Amino acid sequence: MRSLLRRSTLLRHGLFFLALAAILGALTWFVFDPFTEYNVAGVAIYAISAAGLTVLTGLNGQVSLGHGALMMIGAYTTSVLLQWHPDLPLILMLFASIATTGVAGAIIGIAGARLRGPYLAGATLSLAVALPQVPTHFASLFGGNQGISVPTPVPPDALAAVTPQQWFTWICLAAAVITFFLLANLVRSATGRRLQMVRDNEVAARLAGVDVARTQVLAFVISAICAGLAGSLFAYWITLTSPTGFTLTLSLSLLTVVVIGGLGSLTGAVLGSFIIVYLPVWTGGFASSANLPSNVANNVPLAIYGIVLIAAILVFPRGIAGGVASISRAVATTFRSRRQTSTLPASPAPPAQ
Amino acid sequence: MRLFTIYTVDGVVNGMVYAAVALALVMIWRATRIVNYAQGAMAMFTTYIALVVIQHGVWYWFAFVIALAAGLVLGALTERVLVRPVESRPPLNAVILSLGVLILLEAVAPMLFGGQTQSFPAPFSRIDITTGSTQLYVSPFDLFSVGAVLVAMVLLFLVFQRTTLGLRMRAAAFNPEISRILGIRVGRMLTLGWGLAALLGALAGVLAAPAIFLYSNNMDEVLVFGFTGAIIGGLDSPIGAVIGALGVGLVLSYVSGYIGSDLAPLGGLVMLIAVLMVRPQGLFTFGRQRQV
Amino acid sequence: MRSGFNRSRTRVLATIGIAAAFLTAACGSSSSGANQASAPGVTATSVTIGSTQPLTGPAAAGYSEIAPAANAYFKYVNAHGGVNHRTINYTYLDDGYNPTNTATQTKKLVLQDNVFAIFGALGTPTHLAVVNYINSEKIPDLFVASGCNCWNDVSKYPETFGWQPDYTIEGKILGQYINQNFAGKKVGFFAQGPNDEFGTDGILGVTDELQNGDVTLLPTPQYYTPTAAGAMAVGTAIAALQAAGAQVIVSFSVPLFTAVALASAAGLNYHPTFVVSNVGSDPATLTGILTGGALGTKLPGALIDGIVTDSYLPLASDSTNPWISLFQGIKNTYAPSLPWDGNVLYGMAEAYTFVQALKAAGQNPTRASIVAAVQNGKWTDGPGLAPYGYSSSNHLGFLGVQMAIIGTDGAATTAGPVQVTTDNASSAITTYTGTPSTPPTSGIPSD
Repeated sequence: MRSLLRRSTLLRHGLFFLALAAILGALTWFVFDPFTEYNVAGVAIYAISAAGLTVLTGLNGQVSLGHGALMMIGAYTTSVLLQWHPDLPLILMLFASIATTGVAGAIIGIAGARLRGPYLAGATLSLAVALPQVPTHFASLFGGNQGISVPTPVPPDALAAVTPQQWFTWICLAAAVITFFLLANLVRSATGRRLQMVRDNEVAARLAGVDVARTQVLAFVISAICAGLAGSLFAYWITLTSPTGFTLTLSLSLLTVVVIGGLGSLTGAVLGSFIIVYLPVWTGGFASSANLPSNVANNVPLAIYGIVLIAAILVFPRGIAGGVASISRAVATTFRSRRQTSTLPASPAPPAQ
Repeated sequence: MRLFTIYTVDGVVNGMVYAAVALALVMIWRATRIVNYAQGAMAMFTTYIALVVIQHGVWYWFAFVIALAAGLVLGALTERVLVRPVESRPPLNAVILSLGVLILLEAVAPMLFGGQTQSFPAPFSRIDITTGSTQLYVSPFDLFSVGAVLVAMVLLFLVFQRTTLGLRMRAAAFNPEISRILGIRVGRMLTLGWGLAALLGALAGVLAAPAIFLYSNNMDEVLVFGFTGAIIGGLDSPIGAVIGALGVGLVLSYVSGYIGSDLAPLGGLVMLIAVLMVRPQGLFTFGRQRQV
Repeated sequence: MRSGFNRSRTRVLATIGIAAAFLTAACGSSSSGANQASAPGVTATSVTIGSTQPLTGPAAAGYSEIAPAANAYFKYVNAHGGVNHRTINYTYLDDGYNPTNTATQTKKLVLQDNVFAIFGALGTPTHLAVVNYINSEKIPDLFVASGCNCWNDVSKYPETFGWQPDYTIEGKILGQYINQNFAGKKVGFFAQGPNDEFGTDGILGVTDELQNGDVTLLPTPQYYTPTAAGAMAVGTAIAALQAAGAQVIVSFSVPLFTAVALASAAGLNYHPTFVVSNVGSDPATLTGILTGGALGTKLPGALIDGIVTDSYLPLASDSTNPWISLFQGIKNTYAPSLPWDGNVLYGMAEAYTFVQALKAAGQNPTRASIVAAVQNGKWTDGPGLAPYGYSSSNHLGFLGVQMAIIGTDGAATTAGPVQVTTDNASSAITTYTGTPSTPPTSGIPSD
């Protein structure tokens, strides 16, 4: 059994994520209060989007400052379809959003295939600022700044004991677990290695026969699919889809989540998402109880977030996941060397010179 | 024709403000290979400092100089304290650092200066000039804005090209190792570079504020459009930055006027993509990559 | 053996009797008048209410004062015994006038802060993002700080109540004034939108009335987006109105955008008459925003001089009015750092109405009882110039307004009588002949 696990990544990952899903599902049902359920759903949504972005930026080296815009495409696909037909099933909406955002990702990937570094960053930044203007302008179709209302998903009649909040949290957690399972397998596969090869040395990759442009576009499509899924769930989570939810801040936050968590690290994506959802929750309470004037109190969460970003990147240059990895490696090395020195035989006399 | 003139004037005036930001970004890029996403927020902060000074009864021009000086100090401090450690790290770390600085400044500004939107004075009238019965579609303040940015650019050009200090700064950016061997204090040159860039940004801030008002994220869009201009021109080219930014200003103005102000940023995006499709490293970047 | 059994049975009976006595005493029967924790957010000693407010952002100018002002009034009431010996705890969270943030903040108020009711949530697009959620959770949604007539939908939003006159009522009365005073002129619109209920309702109300008059209505309204970036685009909108020849501009805009519109017009050497909705016309707020921006020799006063607007509360500058002196005195004691202007008056007047509702909800208020209290209230005392419209079929607040004109020094003068009407385009506008009420000597609504 153990050798089978060691050999088959798929089986290893499958068992791990199945267990994870079961634990999270149980926690939601038995332990979490409604506010925690709501926040956990948010963490799952951000994590899905961040996971896609970490594959794009961490594994494939393409910086995208515009992933908020991709999430927006996913959210609007779902919202416009629901506005047209409110009874469409949620799973269909998720796939519709994945499809449209995937196509958008392919277009952006093709357009950006020749761009590198800050030029790609600038193009995606421009996209992040420009795309939200489309629903603002075409207000009759997309609801304008006021946005489109999205109904909360209700659990099927068979599960009457489950609250809509719990049901939605389960859906988000399931989507996250499935996404991470698929991405974890991708990272370890030949495709994943190709992505990293292109990041590490484009010329060498080309010489090795890798189609660089196609790999770049594939990376964009993968990350766009994640963003589309996250965007669709985001629409249900906020119960509103409006350009105000897809500001530049969202795109920048996603990138910070990825870098702080650790570039290329899926665990890091979860850690970063947890911080970005829970930091305002923790600091918000402090601000109101400390009796500060409103202009100070309202900006405390944001100031703390800025300081955390600066401190984290200075202290953990390779992100939290990288920092944890280096700490554990340092600990392991200390243990190993200590064990080695205690079992080494007496060293022989050095050869005469 | 009348509308076209109005839009062109608007485009040039706004474009010059974007050009100041674009030039600041290019300066920092050439020196440290980093894009300073916090440039706009720094400009907002120094403009707030100027406002506080003015509200205490100080003459506008003193406050103007104080804003520029504050920019110099803020840029230099940021480089020395925060950016130095990430200069040798992967470029994405510097991106996150500058985003952190942006967020921090946008949070601290309302704490220090109040959360309300404030208006900011202009030293000259903002009413369009009328000579006799014809209305020129430009105001004295518009002329001042364009002139101030041009003067700043010329002065910077002279500093960089005609002074020893400028030579040292260019050397430090071009080849830090050799410069160090030759006795140039590279670190100090980089700090000065960031300081001068932030001074340009501060100028953009006080020129933009009368029209767009003063609040914590008023310079966010100015930064994006300035960055777009710098990208279009090519991050290594100061001339390119100015031309690119002027182009962005004009395109935004025409789209805003003829199609709809909501869609102006889309016009900027289309322009950017169009240029980058043909020249992926901007219009004025020369020197080819090795290709396989 | 028998005596032992008897002794244990006695012991059991005695225990039961003592336990019963304890339980009865501990419960505290309601007949003795004790407070209970009768609903979420209500304890024996406090009531917690919450709202979302634009404390920062493009709508913060002026509006950020409203919640602290309401809180000042609540502090006054708390210092004088509260309502049924319960203190009112008012939690207000910043949403930056961003509907997405409104949704997350409202979830926080409901799920984490467990508020009894939402009170005075501000903004039309912002509150529309959460009204479905609040109603589905059956939380009272009292006195929304917005004039959208969407709040008056008893079947869809049974928990939601407006407070200020809705934009259609206001629009009709503004339209009538324009017909009477600007016959033959060209009238254009500057409004929040497109597709924003604030702008849409206002334009509809005015347009319906202008059809009856002799003005030329320009076909294309100019809109602004209520974001920071939207402020930069206002100049283009005003230029378009100038190009179309508008001599009167009807503006349904929040204060910052009214100010930018005024400044833009001045910059273009364009001098139309501005007719501004009461939500965006507070003189002190506009002056505060405009101070310092050099527009030649024009001072803020010159820019706001002649603005036509309306009011449904006594004018903030009228210090002879007993409501004004009451509220100003309370503000000076409990929130001295706040300025005195129309927004602060709004907040305190709204809080007064809430206390009226809470008192009428009974000693141990429940969510259902406070909703019923508002519907059946028929209160005749209150700071409003026009009466409340609350009933089981109407969830709108004040039924009318009085026209006013702003002067150079920021003081407004009334122009005509208080007039009332309904949302219906065809219903008439009538003059309200009732006398304004005076506040109770305690400053707290009577039981």
